[in-house]
Amino acid sequence: MKRKEILRKYEAKPDNLLYILHDIQDASPYNYVTEEDMEEIADFLGLPYSKVYGTATFYSMISQKPRGKHVIRLCDSPPCHLMGSESILDILKEELGIDVGQTTPDMLFTLEITSCLGVCGVAPAMMIDEEVFGNLTPKKLRKIIKDYREGNV
Amino acid sequence: MAHRLNVLVCSGASCISNDSLKVKEAMLAEIDRLGLNKEIKVIETGCMGPCQLGPVILVYPDETLYKKVQVEDVREIVEQHFLKGRPVERLMYKSPLTDELVHKSSEVDYFQKQVKIVLANCGNIDPESIEEYIAVGGYEALGKAVTEMTPDTVLNEIKISGLRGRGGGGFPTHMKWMFTKNEKSDEKYVICNADEGDPGAFMDRSVIEGDPHTLIEGMAIAGYVVGASKGYVYVRAEYPLAIERLQKAISQAKDVGFLGEKIFQSDFSFDLEVRVGAGAFVCGEETALIHSIEGKRGTPRPRPPYPSASGVWGKPTVLNNVETYANVRHIILNGGAWMAKIGTETSKGTKVFALSGTIKNTGLAEVPMGTTIRELIYDIGGGAPEGHEIKAVQLGGPSGGCVTPEYFDTPIDYESLTQLGAMMGSGGVIAMDETACMVNTAKFFLDFTCFESCGKCTPCRVGLKQMYGLLDKITKGEGEEGDIEALEKLGNTIKTTALCGLGQTAPNPVLSTIKYFRHEYEEHIHDKKCRALVCKDLISYEIDAEKCKACTLCAQKCPVDAIRGQRGVIHVIEQEKCVSCGSCYDVCPFGAVQRLSGEN
Repeated sequence: MKRKEILRKYEAKPDNLLYILHDIQDASPYNYVTEEDMEEIADFLGLPYSKVYGTATFYSMISQKPRGKHVIRLCDSPPCHLMGSESILDILKEELGIDVGQTTPDMLFTLEITSCLGVCGVAPAMMIDEEVFGNLTPKKLRKIIKDYREGNV
Repeated sequence: MAHRLNVLVCSGASCISNDSLKVKEAMLAEIDRLGLNKEIKVIETGCMGPCQLGPVILVYPDETLYKKVQVEDVREIVEQHFLKGRPVERLMYKSPLTDELVHKSSEVDYFQKQVKIVLANCGNIDPESIEEYIAVGGYEALGKAVTEMTPDTVLNEIKISGLRGRGGGGFPTHMKWMFTKNEKSDEKYVICNADEGDPGAFMDRSVIEGDPHTLIEGMAIAGYVVGASKGYVYVRAEYPLAIERLQKAISQAKDVGFLGEKIFQSDFSFDLEVRVGAGAFVCGEETALIHSIEGKRGTPRPRPPYPSASGVWGKPTVLNNVETYANVRHIILNGGAWMAKIGTETSKGTKVFALSGTIKNTGLAEVPMGTTIRELIYDIGGGAPEGHEIKAVQLGGPSGGCVTPEYFDTPIDYESLTQLGAMMGSGGVIAMDETACMVNTAKFFLDFTCFESCGKCTPCRVGLKQMYGLLDKITKGEGEEGDIEALEKLGNTIKTTALCGLGQTAPNPVLSTIKYFRHEYEEHIHDKKCRALVCKDLISYEIDAEKCKACTLCAQKCPVDAIRGQRGVIHVIEQEKCVSCGSCYDVCPFGAVQRLSGEN
């Protein structure tokens, strides 16, 4: 149902593909696009399924497997790395009990690594969904995770 | 009615990440509580530059700069300063040189050597208000161009200005525009590359977040020159705030008639659309970016044909980055000759640099071309934090190279940086002190480019992996004679054979660290030593018996029971069991655990 509504917003032009993939992924409670999504997009845009699949799998922010409600993207670019993103990653793994690329069993968080978030002045940094957090310290990080767990965001 | 005080709250992504919006909300509530609404106006602005000091608040007309303001500080600022006229000194900026309070923001040393052209409005106006942009001369340049000038006279001003691309290559902007202009086609396009993926560069994000109309105006003028009626801004999805503000700005410009049909009642029409990426570094390469706009996989293709002849939808396309377009309106308003007076012989105008890494003042700094690297990282950046020394700066991100202190007096321009083995790139400056291992840093950059390689051409897909393998071996203490030479040979081959800019520049961090820090590579290979104590496999741990208080903390933390000793008995690490995890080093409260490298 949702998928049809999203498609209706767009003109059936192939250049809308990335926008549609983003929109469908955002509307999914599990932050991903399914095979059926891609099939229907292909029909809608008049593209072969392989083209849609090719594009969807090329871009790292479009996921083909279910993810948590919140996607945590820790920046691991050189400025963040120099300022200690590695130890922040260790704490994230410990707090969430998962490795990079995994989702917590309660489907609340998925942990990912991202390239530069462009807030190098406040490294180390991460993004949860569309919210950016900088100058991360173990204490600050634990509080942020706690806030998300308790729904205080 | 004019307000008694204008309070500018920095709302760039860096300050927001440190709660500047919560500070703003608290300030509004406090102002409301004291009934000062009619006297004081609170304005959200774009990035002011000194991210290190964030959240930053600037109060006009006094020009008081508050740093690191937290919600708890708001009440004091509003009561003491806004109501009683007594600025809160503990939150004001102190000069690190004289340790004295700085009362006016213009006297802050961070701003002293800067010349703001591109960033002139950033941090000074509300980026979400087209009225504020118009009040500072916004869209005058577009009006002047389309009503008083011909495309040729505009192009000539760009030529006189000497403007070159600010995204990396430094190609003369007027030539790109001229090539596109001279193509015969029913449709042409103007594209802005806002896929700022270079780690350590964030000026394009800040310009869009802080002054989006400047970009729109620059692109519209480019459209007028080349004869395009449609444009795209390709923004990376990692910049949601920039996307939101840009979309808002575009719809404002359409409402007022600065975009759309018959702009300024001329025959020129121009429309603009935002396209959002989805996390692929290679899309910063122009042909890959064009594929991505078309909804395809973002892989590059060989050039020629260049986009000026065959770009998006196979039509002639002019493609520049954000900072380049942000210069355009100033050239039209002040004349090309005005900009040509700033800078060096070959590089004109200013360049925005993003300072990060182990440096005191991180943030954005706009300086005239020709400023030396030393001025940039010491006079503006403040040098390394206390007790440390900068041993190199990486210029130009993963495409660039490192520069060592003996070259810090080099004036910054496109040619001189290339000669040093680095590059202007998009202007990322990552400072590194003695705690950075250059081999590990090079490996880190290569890890990034390996991951981001699109896989289309063999030199990049396979060659970079081979280089990474060699570096990995060296950092693990398994390096052999001939590895450095193999890295150099591979690197140079990839540079000359890869398909696009990503592969052609990816070996640079390795080649330049070998050039300036060959001794560190040799130490890793021959002495199994990492002088920065970064490469885990080359470090051993020992306990200094003099400092050890026999508290057992380290023994409790050790995951492999490698520490002997008990309460009252000095601890010893059994080297054959130790896995060099560093837990004992982190946990010891007395600094008794020593890290050693290369001493058998």
